[in-house]
Amino acid sequence: MNGIPVEGFMYPNEIELQWSVLIVLYPFLTGLVAGAFILASLERVFRVEEVKPTYRLALLTALAFLLIAPLPLQLHLGHPERSLEMYLTPHTSSAMAMFGFVYMWYLMAVLVLEIWLDYRRDIVILSQTTTGLKRIFYRALTLGSSNISHEALAIDNKTGWIITIIGIPSAFLLHGYVGFIFGSVKANPWWSSPLMPVVFIFSAMVSGIAAVMLVYMFTCRARGEEINMRCVDTVAKYLFYAFLIDFTLEVLDLIHRIYEADESFRSLDFMVHTKLYLPHIVIQLLLGTLTPIILLGITQVLPLSATKRKLTYTIAGCLTLMGIFAMRWNVVIGGQLFSKSFLGYTTYKLRLIDREGLLVAIVLTLLPLFILWALIKLLPPWEDVKGEHLETAYGDD
Amino acid sequence: MSLTRRHFLFLLPAAAVAWDALVAGTPEAAPNYNMTDHWWGLLIDVTKCIGCGTCVQACQAENLVPDGYYRTWVERYHVADWSIENPVVDSPDGGKHGFPASKNEGGKNFYVPKMCNHCADSPCTQVCPVGATFVSPDGVVLVDQKYCLGCRYCIQACPYGCRFLNPETNTASKCTLCYHRITKGLTTACCETCPTGTRQLVDLKNPNDPVHKFIETHSVQVLKPHLATKAKAFYYGLDGSVR
Repeated sequence: MNGIPVEGFMYPNEIELQWSVLIVLYPFLTGLVAGAFILASLERVFRVEEVKPTYRLALLTALAFLLIAPLPLQLHLGHPERSLEMYLTPHTSSAMAMFGFVYMWYLMAVLVLEIWLDYRRDIVILSQTTTGLKRIFYRALTLGSSNISHEALAIDNKTGWIITIIGIPSAFLLHGYVGFIFGSVKANPWWSSPLMPVVFIFSAMVSGIAAVMLVYMFTCRARGEEINMRCVDTVAKYLFYAFLIDFTLEVLDLIHRIYEADESFRSLDFMVHTKLYLPHIVIQLLLGTLTPIILLGITQVLPLSATKRKLTYTIAGCLTLMGIFAMRWNVVIGGQLFSKSFLGYTTYKLRLIDREGLLVAIVLTLLPLFILWALIKLLPPWEDVKGEHLETAYGDD
Repeated sequence: MSLTRRHFLFLLPAAAVAWDALVAGTPEAAPNYNMTDHWWGLLIDVTKCIGCGTCVQACQAENLVPDGYYRTWVERYHVADWSIENPVVDSPDGGKHGFPASKNEGGKNFYVPKMCNHCADSPCTQVCPVGATFVSPDGVVLVDQKYCLGCRYCIQACPYGCRFLNPETNTASKCTLCYHRITKGLTTACCETCPTGTRQLVDLKNPNDPVHKFIETHSVQVLKPHLATKAKAFYYGLDGSVR
């Protein structure tokens, strides 16, 4: 079919892959959201003061990625104009249908509300200190509440704390559920695993923490500010721990598969050693997992200088994101390369310019970064900027 | 306004055209068909299949299946000696035009027709986010083309590879067990055209159906029974090598 190379025997309808690079992108983006939020909650709930400089940045990063996350799905649907039916007439036994509600819950009830509460004081001040369109924008964001008395802010703070408490399991649910969408497909042994949601949660934490760490270091550099090394060291420490758990879970899954060696094993094993060798063994395992774990491990045991640590964190962070993207690729694409008859293998052809092609995937990956830039402009997450506003408007208030 | 006989005669041809148009847009009626009286399945007697591909051609013609996609297909198995875990399988163009002479020697060769198993606990209907795919009261797994999102989750969930995304409608497509035929007392196109009687429609609610009697009294098998989908495509004479 369409000249797609096939080895062995595939059921004739299996030759063409159904889920493309856009479906790879989707769990990658939601993973960044969940991970960034969990990092933010470290400061808010667990009082890890060291990571405070990343708190607001993490929330804005989560929002930027969450806003774009449904786009790849929309582009992938055969009938995107019917997608609202998932909310209007959901099929309750479908993991995908229920995910729509998890997504909406997380976006509206957790993330947007938490950001609004955290920024409310700034928004009110900005609505009073800016002019023109900006003023109208910030006034709209106040939702008519301009009370920023100590009592009101204390209530905001308490409510925000409660929302973060609810937000942590919600973030776990968000990405665990993405894992469940794959893990619950019993027809596909590459996906079907009760470990899948847990692996997705920890890999989400890894990718989200790495992304926020990189964004923080980049924004500091762009603003000519000194990087708070205490903060970055702590973030890197949590990244290292989360990565160790994630890697352990993946190895556990691997050992289980090898030892159990069920009817699908030979087929999957062959695939990993051939078609998936580069993305799975080289990119995901060696470059994207073991290398960053070793690099982060070195920073934990050796007294490296700040410059060397920054460089190490940057390399480890970039490799981590590449590795987690490769993991999503190997799950989504790898899960469709072999036949459910376990007798053959097909090939994924990624076109450059196509509705589900590489170009669209690149644009969708970069788009959240532009949104993040806009969000940072509108709602500056820097503590010092916040201080300036307060001083300008309220003096010592 | 009073309608004269002359006006009435003028309007008659227009009324006839309008009536034709109305009837053309109305689903074909099956007035004596009661869905709850039936529970459809299929018997596939592997020992009879000669791999002629007539069933695939009939299905494609009857259901306007696009080229390169299959609501049914035929696989040819070759099992050398005792190693049933390593069969050599092919299905050129779904077996639509039959099979070239086998180059494999020794062992056994046989043909296996495949199609939707119309599972009672079908994984494809379970995962559909909007319920566009469903099991009808008479046991046929169908897709509502006007409702399907084209998300392809059902295609991933089908263990038998029976579904595809129709490139003309951008919706999931699959065997309907020729629902438009069986509700009018006919059999499916593939059963109708099979020259050896390999495929036979069965009503599992009808104790007097001879095919039902056959299934009741012979050793039959379903594909991938460990997945517990309650498949209703029953195979007679199925080799253990078949996936």
